[in-house]
Amino acid sequence: MKKVYMDYASTTPVDKDVLKEMLPYFDKKYGNASSIHSLGIDAFNAIELAREQVGSLLNANPDEIIFTSGGTESDNLAIKGVAFYNKKKRGTKGYHIISSKVEHPAVLETCMYLEKLGFNVKYLSVDKYGFINPADLEDAISKDTFLVTIMYGNNEIGTIEPVEEIGKITKKHDILLHTDAVQAIGKIPIDVNKLNIDLLSISSHKIYGPKGSGALYIKKGVKLEPLAHGGGHEKGLRSSTYNTPGIVGLGKACELGKKRMSKDVAHLIDLRDKLIKEIQKIEECYLNGHPEKRLANNVHFRFTAIEGESLNLMLDDKGVAASTGSACSSKKLKASHVLLAIGLDPAEAHGSLRLTLGRLNTNEDVEYVANVLPGIVENLRNMSPLWNQ
Amino acid sequence: MKDIYTEKVLDHFRNPRNIGEIKNADGVGTVGNPVCGDVMTIYIKVKNNIIQDIKFKTYGCAAAIASSSIATEMVKGKTLDEALKLTRNDVAEELGGLPAYKLHCSNLAADALRKAIKDYKTKKNKR
Repeated sequence: MKKVYMDYASTTPVDKDVLKEMLPYFDKKYGNASSIHSLGIDAFNAIELAREQVGSLLNANPDEIIFTSGGTESDNLAIKGVAFYNKKKRGTKGYHIISSKVEHPAVLETCMYLEKLGFNVKYLSVDKYGFINPADLEDAISKDTFLVTIMYGNNEIGTIEPVEEIGKITKKHDILLHTDAVQAIGKIPIDVNKLNIDLLSISSHKIYGPKGSGALYIKKGVKLEPLAHGGGHEKGLRSSTYNTPGIVGLGKACELGKKRMSKDVAHLIDLRDKLIKEIQKIEECYLNGHPEKRLANNVHFRFTAIEGESLNLMLDDKGVAASTGSACSSKKLKASHVLLAIGLDPAEAHGSLRLTLGRLNTNEDVEYVANVLPGIVENLRNMSPLWNQ
Repeated sequence: MKDIYTEKVLDHFRNPRNIGEIKNADGVGTVGNPVCGDVMTIYIKVKNNIIQDIKFKTYGCAAAIASSSIATEMVKGKTLDEALKLTRNDVAEELGGLPAYKLHCSNLAADALRKAIKDYKTKKNKR
């Protein structure tokens, strides 16, 4: 049976060139980068090269890059690190953070945790496409606001937030801007200086690098409290022995991501738009997110009267790996907060399907999914008491 | 995802038994709520106090579809009294178990069946 992987927003396979770069650092160049012997220096040099590669993708200086275990840790370090530093510095003043209702849980849960510690967080609403309104951001800013954290590209519906406008506003008010760019990296050219971004989270395994590796861009001069105390790695901001293979892999993935970006994006948009066009032939299905201002690899639909988990299992039976915003696939049993935020009711949110494309997808993959999907939808609708023919 | 379900759940999900509607059913029962992601309707045809035919339609996850399917098999040909004894646990056990977090939301077949039988009895008494 044909196998089609269309869940690249969940994770990507490690690129073979990335893997090749990583392998020596497991068993040959295994030194601790903090050691002063030659093996240590080899590892140190590899890590510093990776720092340049990551920085280069973002137009940042290498010394503005901190290595972490992934996107979630980067988000935590950025938001809590700035919040804790701010609390220490300002005493009882300035506890206000602005975020949005469509953030990744790594941001949302971190903000909610800070609320328990006495911080105030404003979660901006979004429109039906998932965009925050920059005017709402401006309205929400008070003298106590010290941080804005808004994602670059949405992990569920692919909406690309107006980060450029957001950056102008935060700069004007002298407020720090953090953005979770985990899904945007490699698909959108990002220049942290031009966009006035102060902190930016990235993850390796979304861009054909290994899992368990990520980075946080921290603009020179931005101060954070560390979350992990210990040996003082990464300028004391993130103690932990360097994950050399993971860091090397992230660096290479960033280098390749930069080199291939325009080709990748053209390929992804071509496949994405073909797939959207094909799926739209099915009756009563609706594209979630914006038709154009969406990530190059994101296709997200809801189908009336069917439930996402069933849809995904049936696709899996046909060899198609996809994802759903349905509550029934998660142990939390709650409809996706993103789909609710764009105004869908829970019943509509349950019928969602996310197909996210990647470098290895082909026209044949798109045709295959376009061929099997209508039959599955029909089958499930025939079973559904909510479907009236 | 699939490894949370037993083979029997997957079999009933992929090949649901007694799927569909019964025109002029003697009793119809619908339970669930689209907000929770599960709605099921059970249709019964009753003769001499025995469930002669039973069909279902379900909107929901694999657990919801499989539990409806197996429940209809379990009570087809049974007396109404026997059918009324069917519990959610019986259905889950017959499926070889369901994930704990699915036990309450998706395992609605026994409730739908009871509602269908009640509907049948109400209609019968009116005649």
